[in-house]
Amino acid sequence: MSPKIRSAVLAPVLAVAVAALLCGLALLISGDSPLQAFGVMISQLGSGTVAVDTVNSAAVYYIAALAVAIGFQMKLFNIGVEGQFRVAAAVAAVVGGTLPLPPVLHTLVIIAVAALSGAAWVAIPALLKAYRGVSEVISTIMLNAVATGLIAYLISPDTFGQLVGNNITTPPIEPSGWFPGLALGESGTLFGMILVAAVLGVGYWFLLGRTRFGFELRASGQSPTAAAAGGVNARRMVLIALLTSGAVAGLVGLPELLGRDHAYTLTSPSGYGFTGIAIALLGRNHPVGIALGALLWAFLDKSAVALDVVGTPREIVLIMQGLIVLSVVVAYEVVRRVDLRAEQRRVAAATPTRPRPAEVGT
Amino acid sequence: MSTAAGSEYAVELRGITKRFPGVVANSDIDLAVRRGEVHALCGENGAGKSTLMKILYGMQGADEGTISVDGTEVVFRTPGDAIAAGIGMVHQHFMLADNLTVAENVLLGAERLHGIGRRARDRIAELAATVGLVASPSERVERLGVADRQRLEILKVLYRGARTVILDEPTAVLVPQEVDELFATLAAMRAQGYTFLFISHKLDEVRAIADTITVIRRGTSVGTADPATVTNRELAEMMVGSELPTPQTRDSTVTDREVLRVAGLGLADPAGGRDLLDGIDLVVHAGEVLGIAGVEGNGQTELVESVMGMRRGTRGRVLLAGTDVSGATTMARREAGIGYIPEDRSRHALLPEQPLWANRVLGFQSRAPIGRRGLIDRAAARSDTERIVADFDVRTPGIDVTAGALSGGNQQKLVVGRELSGDPVLLVAAHPTRGVDVGAQAGIWSELRRARAAGLAVLLVSADLDELIGLSDTLAVILDGRLVGTADPATVTPEQLGTAMTGATA
Repeated sequence: MSPKIRSAVLAPVLAVAVAALLCGLALLISGDSPLQAFGVMISQLGSGTVAVDTVNSAAVYYIAALAVAIGFQMKLFNIGVEGQFRVAAAVAAVVGGTLPLPPVLHTLVIIAVAALSGAAWVAIPALLKAYRGVSEVISTIMLNAVATGLIAYLISPDTFGQLVGNNITTPPIEPSGWFPGLALGESGTLFGMILVAAVLGVGYWFLLGRTRFGFELRASGQSPTAAAAGGVNARRMVLIALLTSGAVAGLVGLPELLGRDHAYTLTSPSGYGFTGIAIALLGRNHPVGIALGALLWAFLDKSAVALDVVGTPREIVLIMQGLIVLSVVVAYEVVRRVDLRAEQRRVAAATPTRPRPAEVGT
Repeated sequence: MSTAAGSEYAVELRGITKRFPGVVANSDIDLAVRRGEVHALCGENGAGKSTLMKILYGMQGADEGTISVDGTEVVFRTPGDAIAAGIGMVHQHFMLADNLTVAENVLLGAERLHGIGRRARDRIAELAATVGLVASPSERVERLGVADRQRLEILKVLYRGARTVILDEPTAVLVPQEVDELFATLAAMRAQGYTFLFISHKLDEVRAIADTITVIRRGTSVGTADPATVTNRELAEMMVGSELPTPQTRDSTVTDREVLRVAGLGLADPAGGRDLLDGIDLVVHAGEVLGIAGVEGNGQTELVESVMGMRRGTRGRVLLAGTDVSGATTMARREAGIGYIPEDRSRHALLPEQPLWANRVLGFQSRAPIGRRGLIDRAAARSDTERIVADFDVRTPGIDVTAGALSGGNQQKLVVGRELSGDPVLLVAAHPTRGVDVGAQAGIWSELRRARAAGLAVLLVSADLDELIGLSDTLAVILDGRLVGTADPATVTPEQLGTAMTGATA
């Protein structure tokens, strides 16, 4: 194993181990058996739809984390993935439920509308950042709140929504607009959008590692001054990076919208944007790392339910998720410094600079 | 070296060793400073002078060795410990609050010594006379010149009780006349019993002011010398340990083919002050090096960045080989054949966290051989990085190490190699050998000369007057954002150039 891969794997494995250890301590202190709790969580994977639910959920998290990671590459903190995905899901649901279109085209239109809506919603902070220097952290957070109001307006029965029971919902999307999944009988149905998530991951890898745009994005993130001297247009990069991030964020709600719910309602899920931030950190903005992080996170979420069965508070999972993020951040920093030292030593060893002291002087 | 009783020495360092991965640190350095002398510490850039002084001033701990003050062994964990022992340090880059007054700057953080009232004022007035500071204590620091700021820095450390003052390259920011005044002050203070540790690599200055010279090279002390008897040549050989490089360009290669023409270039101060640049006219021909001389902060940075298209709101025109590029982006100018060596290597020229080959891409991501239709050709970038590493003697175990792991000189050789690739027509070089060791400096000079002979036009900005005079075919002096005169590098002396730089006479 090359040292690079070793340190990339070492940090998260260490961090997860430390987090599990601390969680075990927390369980012991609260009088529960850590072994029993962890055992029940793992054995859950084999029962019911937990395994499929985990993968489905991971796909959603994966897209959200990719959206966040695109911004992170340029040191842009798009906290608004949450608002962008919800606005995009609501708009896509309205358009998809209203427009009668033939199959395939219907699905594609919904996906395109979602991406464009996500990009449009982030365009506000992107323009503010590029032309007025407004911190994207502040403006995207505030637009998350605005998004809630906008969605309430969009799906209200007075505009595009309808009252069903005591829930408000957009008009249901016809089956022509659905994204077909893979039915696994008793175990549940895998979202077809998992494929889209995978394609996004590959696209992200290619874009960052192989294209001029990706190079300029990373250069701007690592050293805005060096990037400017190297001919990178900082303003343009801010705009494109945030718009791309927003477009990807727009797709976050689609696996559930096109694969399960087929309408956006008052009770449609939220919080994926914030989870995405944690997972992007966990995966170190690397497409494979993010995938593993998303699976881990989804597994913890889905298996937590089983803890009630053995009388262990399921909130222990929240503690564990928090601890994982904290320890991952710490572990990466430690490993990064150790690596840097090791590399400097290696360079110094390979380039002898110290001559023999000359016999001069008094 | 003497081994007499400790009390003879104000400061004594024995066997100081500091290991620092990747850079030349300190190895078994001995330094003994007698009370009431000016002791010069000489060595090339990167020889380990600053590290040694940081250890003496408590900013870094030594791995081995001892420090004694007035014969008593001490351990400094923070600069506060060093100050308490009577050692003060004046950094090369001043640490003053511009928007506070002279007196406030002195008192800041030292309020407990003499209060902030009459007693403090009296003490400041007394010390101002000692250091030769004539500015009023109620003057704001932003209105002070560089020389006065330096005196204020010395005053600050004296106020805190220093008897031994470390001066880190104090003359780097001064013109020759100011250097003479500083030396007069130091001599007077020496007579009052103050001790100075004077860090410099300028031989004439060292011989003019020092009582004893300790030379360090490549992180170790190579000996002491008596300034009364040692010659510049001997001193230089102690410092360099090999034959001295000279920046002298031999035959003129200047052609009459115009490469860069700048006409009426101006740049307003975004903060609303006087213009940063005004009415700059200059021409650089193929095969010509045009040197810009000036005290730092007189518009050199702005001039370079305006030519590179990195500043907004410039007036006037920039023509490259007859084509107007005034409105072009930095990338378009680079594509048109401008290479750029920025003054601050780590901030403007490199991505320290990226491997060498990725740094080769920076600035060339849009052009062959590296950029093709929006994609990056990694193989081409890697092979061309191998070429630079070989041709420019970049000392590295490979092209996959991060740029930040290289020493400054090797980083700079990589940057010069990169900017000279793709056959540029113009090279904009700001301080191309700043902070690099002597070997790298000689290498960079010879590469610049070779490219110039091949018809490259060079706009050179440097604070090193010897480098400017040695490399340039034509010299222009910049003062307050204006070009105020020209000089012939064949006849001008550093002193004359220094005079012109202050605007005393053109």
